[in-house]
Amino acid sequence: MVLLLVASVISLFIGVIELPLQELLSGNLHLWEIFLVSRLPRLLAILCTGVGMSVAGLIMQQLCSNKFVSPTTGATISSAQLGILLALLFMPSSTLWTRALFAFAAAILGTWIFVWFIQRIQFKDAVMVPLVGIMCGNVIGGITSYLAYKYEMTQALSSWLVGHFSLVLKGRYEIVGLTVPLVALAFVFANHFNIVGLGKDFSRNLGVPYNLVLFSGLTISAMITASIVVVVGSISYIGLIVPNVVAMYKGDRIRGTLADTALFGAIFVLVCDMIGRVVIFPYELPIELIVGILGSLIFIALLFCRLKYGRRAIRLGGTGTGCCSAMPGLKGGAEQ
Amino acid sequence: MNVQELKKQYDGKTVVDGVSFAIPKGKVTSLIGPNGAGKSTVMGMISRLIAHDSGVVDFEGRDIGKWKSRELSRRLAILTQSNSIQMKLTVRELVAFGRFPYSGNRVTLEDQKIIDRAISYMELEGFQDRFIDELSGGQRQRAMIAMVIAQDTEYVLLDEPTNNLDIYHATNMMKIVRRLCDELGKTVILVLHEINYAAFYSDYICAFKDGKIARFGTVEGVMTKENLSQIYQVDFEILTIAGKPLSIYY
Repeated sequence: MVLLLVASVISLFIGVIELPLQELLSGNLHLWEIFLVSRLPRLLAILCTGVGMSVAGLIMQQLCSNKFVSPTTGATISSAQLGILLALLFMPSSTLWTRALFAFAAAILGTWIFVWFIQRIQFKDAVMVPLVGIMCGNVIGGITSYLAYKYEMTQALSSWLVGHFSLVLKGRYEIVGLTVPLVALAFVFANHFNIVGLGKDFSRNLGVPYNLVLFSGLTISAMITASIVVVVGSISYIGLIVPNVVAMYKGDRIRGTLADTALFGAIFVLVCDMIGRVVIFPYELPIELIVGILGSLIFIALLFCRLKYGRRAIRLGGTGTGCCSAMPGLKGGAEQ
Repeated sequence: MNVQELKKQYDGKTVVDGVSFAIPKGKVTSLIGPNGAGKSTVMGMISRLIAHDSGVVDFEGRDIGKWKSRELSRRLAILTQSNSIQMKLTVRELVAFGRFPYSGNRVTLEDQKIIDRAISYMELEGFQDRFIDELSGGQRQRAMIAMVIAQDTEYVLLDEPTNNLDIYHATNMMKIVRRLCDELGKTVILVLHEINYAAFYSDYICAFKDGKIARFGTVEGVMTKENLSQIYQVDFEILTIAGKPLSIYY
């Protein structure tokens, strides 16, 4: 896994429009500048995005004990976008940091409301929750678009609607670094999140304050998401797919899966980014597009394998790991 | 544990109405009664899962609400029916959560030993690396009990532990309950639907009806034809089998 990451890093250094060959790097200040101003920030942003989005998704899934919840299907991303728009509307001269602040507040609020809502209404079917989340997200997105049209902000907003790394330059991306301490925080409280995911009574029994952990966890994951949306824009599906794929192999204990989830997320985004830059070479496709295509395919595949084979779909020799049994709620032949 | 004048209302409807009792220490006490009699609600209130409207739940000389949550979770463990686990955790990982009130995030060597003992006590060694959601209902229930054993509390509260188990697994569950008390010296409080399990495996029975205690006493004292017919509104016969009063209802 680490090797794969290193390989990806190297390939990233090479495969872009201008070619700062390693040999030239030895003394060429101009190329160094490109490297420091554009390449390195881009790589860091990609890594933070991959790690951040997948960890945010992992936390949300655990806390809601629903495998279909993620920043995309939980109104977090769209709330963050609305926050940015509001910042643009009310403070046209706002800096990136003020916008980030607005995005944070909106994302946290949006996620809280969504989770509060799904907890009030106990859905029988696990699939209902992300559907409601997507609906919520679209409603918020609708408000965002309406406001954007009304105040002729669509142009400005589009940069945050479709995620891409092409605008990541030195001085414009540092906020995304916030994901690092937040992910570290998530690791510290990993067991708390696990216990809360097992239910209210379960966590009470172990002396874990349910609501406090639930909402602080959601706050962490909303902040991670918002800091990415501000810099890169919306990137769907990573938070949904990466944790699910990792859980298939590694189970649901966050302490055990957090590092893998983060790593896999980073690689996934890195690969998608490289594809996006290679496909129409001198130009590049926004990462959102690539992730969207790949992501939705994987998501559909997940759903199908879930529906077709029930709980113990994919057996991975050895310990006998059941694939989609990670997804709760749907009735399957769990017992023998 | 002492309970006095416990009351609970839901939407203006009184579910538990002035319940007082004292739980004998080191014994198995079963709460029985018809549906809606309030036994599960009482269970929730004495385990701090449900807040009570009025009355006192005195746990070891202190009001249960005044205990620090973490401290209390080292003295009292509760398993509810809703503990259905959808998550892919291994048995061992689940049992390890029982040590959380003690060690938090750092599982010490001592904890590992306790976890090992809990797993072997429940005869789950062969399953400890299996995922909970792949186990049968009976195995899953045993894994939950193993977690409670690892939690190492004096009081163990079980809300309908035989629910959804077949006769074999339910009977084994009751035997485990007995062992928790006899071998590990725990005070066990259960909510049970099966009166005969309550009669055969517990020391005391607390029978509820309409949010009040109808009878509370030793098994022999409560398991009489008159008491049971009055509580359940059906005809009963009492037979003595293996020295225990068992009931037949029709």
